[in-house]
Amino acid sequence: MRVVFEKRQSISRQAMVLVPVLSFFAALLLGAILLLSSGANPITTYVAMLRGAFGSTYSFSETLVKAIPLMLTGLGVAVAFKMRFWNIGAEGQFVWGGIAGTFVALFLSQYIPDPLLLPAVILGGTIAGAIWAGIPAVLKAYIGVDETLTSLMLNYVAILYAQYLFYGPWRDPEGYGFPGTALFPEAAWLPRLLNRAHLGLVFAFIAALVLWFIFNRTRWGFELKIIGENKTAAEYLGIKIARNIVLALLLSGALSGLAGASEVAGLSRRLQTGFSMGYGYTAIIVAWMAQLKSIPVLFVAVLMAALLVGGDQVQLTMGLPSSVGLVLQGLILFPMLAGSLFTEYRLRIIRQKNEPSISPDQEIESELQS
Amino acid sequence: MIALLTSILAITLRAGTSLVYATMGEIYTENSGVLNLGIEGMMLLSAVSGFAAAYYSGFVWVGFLIAMLVGGILAAIHAFLSVTMRANQVVSGLSITLFGTGMASFLGQRLGPESNNYYLAGMVGPRLQTISIPGLSQIPVIGALFNQDILTYIIYLLVPLAWFYLYKTRNGLNLRAVGEDPQTADAMGINVTRTRYIYTIIGGLLVGLGGAHLSLSYTPGWSENITGGRGWIVIALVIFAMWNPGRAFLGALIFGGINAVQFRLQASGTNIPASFLNMMPYIMTVLVLVLITWWEALSKRIGAPAALSTPYMREDK
Amino acid sequence: MDNQQLQVVLEMRGITKRFPGVLANDKVDLTLNAGEVLALLGENGAGKSTLMNVLIGLYRQDEGEIYLGGKRVEIHSPSDAADLGIGMVHQNFKLVRTMTVAENIILGLKDLPFIPKIQEVTKRIKALSDQYHLKVDPSAYIWQLSVGEQQRVEILKLIYRGASILILDEPTAVLTPQEAQELEHVLEILTSEGKSAIFITHKMEEVMAFSDRVLVLQQGKLIASRNTDETSPQELARLMVGREVLFRLDKEPCQPGDTVLELKDICAMDNRGLPALNDLSLEIKSGEILGIAGVAGNGQNHLAEVVTGLKKPSKGQVILNGKDVTQNSPLQMIQSGVSYIPADRIGMGAVGNMAVSENLSMKGYRKEPITRNGILQPKQITKFAKNLIELFRIATPTPATRIKFLSGGNIQKAILAREIDSCSGLMVAVYPSRGLDVGATESVRKMLLDQRQRGLAVLLISEDLDELLSISDRIAVLFDGRIMGVVPSEHVDSETLGLMMGGVPISALPDEAVS
Repeated sequence: MRVVFEKRQSISRQAMVLVPVLSFFAALLLGAILLLSSGANPITTYVAMLRGAFGSTYSFSETLVKAIPLMLTGLGVAVAFKMRFWNIGAEGQFVWGGIAGTFVALFLSQYIPDPLLLPAVILGGTIAGAIWAGIPAVLKAYIGVDETLTSLMLNYVAILYAQYLFYGPWRDPEGYGFPGTALFPEAAWLPRLLNRAHLGLVFAFIAALVLWFIFNRTRWGFELKIIGENKTAAEYLGIKIARNIVLALLLSGALSGLAGASEVAGLSRRLQTGFSMGYGYTAIIVAWMAQLKSIPVLFVAVLMAALLVGGDQVQLTMGLPSSVGLVLQGLILFPMLAGSLFTEYRLRIIRQKNEPSISPDQEIESELQS
Repeated sequence: MIALLTSILAITLRAGTSLVYATMGEIYTENSGVLNLGIEGMMLLSAVSGFAAAYYSGFVWVGFLIAMLVGGILAAIHAFLSVTMRANQVVSGLSITLFGTGMASFLGQRLGPESNNYYLAGMVGPRLQTISIPGLSQIPVIGALFNQDILTYIIYLLVPLAWFYLYKTRNGLNLRAVGEDPQTADAMGINVTRTRYIYTIIGGLLVGLGGAHLSLSYTPGWSENITGGRGWIVIALVIFAMWNPGRAFLGALIFGGINAVQFRLQASGTNIPASFLNMMPYIMTVLVLVLITWWEALSKRIGAPAALSTPYMREDK
Repeated sequence: MDNQQLQVVLEMRGITKRFPGVLANDKVDLTLNAGEVLALLGENGAGKSTLMNVLIGLYRQDEGEIYLGGKRVEIHSPSDAADLGIGMVHQNFKLVRTMTVAENIILGLKDLPFIPKIQEVTKRIKALSDQYHLKVDPSAYIWQLSVGEQQRVEILKLIYRGASILILDEPTAVLTPQEAQELEHVLEILTSEGKSAIFITHKMEEVMAFSDRVLVLQQGKLIASRNTDETSPQELARLMVGREVLFRLDKEPCQPGDTVLELKDICAMDNRGLPALNDLSLEIKSGEILGIAGVAGNGQNHLAEVVTGLKKPSKGQVILNGKDVTQNSPLQMIQSGVSYIPADRIGMGAVGNMAVSENLSMKGYRKEPITRNGILQPKQITKFAKNLIELFRIATPTPATRIKFLSGGNIQKAILAREIDSCSGLMVAVYPSRGLDVGATESVRKMLLDQRQRGLAVLLISEDLDELLSISDRIAVLFDGRIMGVVPSEHVDSETLGLMMGGVPISALPDEAVS
């Protein structure tokens, strides 16, 4: 007897919904075991996390604060991943968004009229993020360099460069040695909507709608979808592959850059240490859990942010490490990754008796090709 | 000057040791065709569990064993997800890192003694002692090679052995075939799935050892983010070394050396920004990648195992 | 070889292998003598590969037995076969490119010591390669070797592992003529040493040159066994393809108009840099179907790619409606009215994970009404798709179903629908009915005839002689990237075509064959 994976006749919608939901509960269960073994009561912990993330207007707004960068970078990653371009450089693109936004806010403010300063900050960051994503895209599309590794390496270059800036030449001379730049002029502040939750939230919603529109309603999006699904077919249909990959990656990087610029202009209002918190990596997970679909990215981002904020809260209220949130994030992923196979395959148990090791379809196929 | 060189070399080796172990591990994993981006999380979690185990048992070796076990278990999860369940290896690896980082931080605040509010940070536990080899360690400059802890001495042996195993033995041959061309390996009767599991887990054991070297020798004790991104440097080093254990040693020394030089420079008050020095390895890695790809396009000779990060299914003909 | 001491080494008796809906092997008997080269001749789908896959243990026969040296054997896997001294050289070589010849030869050997003594291995390989005239450098890397050398490595690998029965699948398909000659020599030496070989082929020339005996398979049945020196290419061609044409479609007489496509002295390289098309010239007029006959792998795909702009010829001109379009991009070719039905449906012709309606729109999406100012019009897409689905009788649950869940015939109909709809000059169809059932095949052919009536020029590349004879107006035979000759389809018999497909140019045929 043996167990084999068998390809399904059609995509299982049931599995598509069930897998993430079950994964979430499996994570809670595994997390509960972990909490129990470290002497904490899982139920009170979870309740405290829930309250910490959604229990009051303030806590909800804090969840949104963390959700905004996750939404935008998550959307950026989703664009790249739809093209089967494994851009794991969202973090670096985010950081460049912050650097460029800061540059505009601090050093170009005297040349730009006040009403235009904020748009310039946002635009600057967006463009910088796009360019940073363009590097691995060009290397991949025209030379064939593996994008996973280049985009990852470039993250560190960006992060270290930002560090150099706020520890070095850009450090606020009046900051008593604090690693960070001076505060932005007020014209460069991104308006806040609810407590610290800023206008970036609106950007994220607009971005999600625009992406949905691009991929479902435009000719360009149609071409991108074809390239992502089947490059041979795209070539056959006369679609320019290299150019479109680069364009899509510029869009992907622009979204992460937008996230970075919004973060500096809306939240810290300066570039400072702790700016790069790893949102760009969590974004990959957000995009993946949302199955690369724009609108679900928004919700998954809120969920992931809630785990982070909830974690912070249990630290304050229960004295548990805030990393509970991170642990839960990781724990959701394991069952999800394992489960995603079930949307296209199902398990079958076969009582072995000399059947061929190759499925009949393939046999016919190979016969036809002979 | 000689004293300076000696001390730079000593720090280089000390800083490079954990990198060498983890890089050897990842080289074996990647040569079997599995890309594991979970190194950072694995190193952190093994660093914290290794330190805790040593702290409570009082034996540094217990710490190393537990750390290897933890590395092995995380690697096994990655193998299960990416080999058996054919999950996307990038996402699977990142989720290992995410989980490992969170879990390490969690344990660091739960495993400590009650007197320290359960924090491990700030505790002093057993550590690996430096063993000076009489005579040899007195030689100027080179002496630094012989004034190290046991794990550093082991790498002098491990690196050539790892190279020999990969390129000169039956198992190494099978391993490379699986990473390069799983269809052919399968046709020649090599079990692709088993091979990938074995070397992903062996990789995990070595990564665990590397992680524990940090908390039990290099910077003894536990502190949040003790790895300082070394897990990612390892990924870069593997490329830099073009998947060859010999070159990995050299690469780890260069990366470790940059650390050491930077310490020295900062101490001497030079104004070359540390960030730029730290950036060099990553920029170099990107350049190496571009060059490799170029060469590969010309000659299809060296470079990444051809089947890296692609799941294998026999039916996929 | 010496006929007096015939010794049977292998016997397959009454092998039957069924696949759902197909009887791939129907009570096939095969005997192989020591020192003999046996050819398995047949068209695609005749069951040759199935029979050999049963022999090396990839498939398990439903009925029948295998005897080796008179003893009944059970072969469950390729390694069982290897233990019994049976080995196969597959069409796609099983070699690791980044490893050396020696490493490849010992890869996966069961009795390999932990530290293989490469020097000894090298010595043995050298001895074997001298003995069998299989010249290769054991320390060379596979990527450094030509295809012919790689094939030698595969044969050496089998000999090194003690194989006494070698199965070669289309061995000369990838070889240059010189390399093919060397292979012939190698086979002679092998058989003089008492080893036997079976090779799968559909090339007459190869049968005549290499084999001692030939078995002809047709639709899963063994229909003839001949000693090579007692048969002729003519007889073999007739045996291989000579059956009644299944059905002839009614077709109007051809009324050719202006020349639509002209190819002048086209040369093109394959992706290994070897010539794939050699000085090929063709002409197609509107209202005409030009069939391209030939065994797969003789340049068919390259020809289609050159015509559709996917591949640039290294020499020569492509002229469409009087204009030189040699340097045109695929998009420009599409825009000048060229349609292309590729051989690889799901790999190239369709995007499996996208909806049927989207797949149907993949040529028309650049224009109104499907897009307006770059914006897709979903209602128009559905309307357009529904219309084609009805017109071409594509069986799909809904237009939104992912196309990969449709049957092969319906995927092909969808591709045809899209290509026909977008075509305004030249239609290139490659193996359009391959793998389809009778009903779908007939409708595909009818559709192509309709296009001819519409005044399009159709370039039909097919390996199915029935198809070519029944719907094309003229037939050109492609062999080794060259045109062996062009004949009107009404006045040609399958024997003549079979000979040309086997590499005999029309000029070498007696006149009455092509009158």
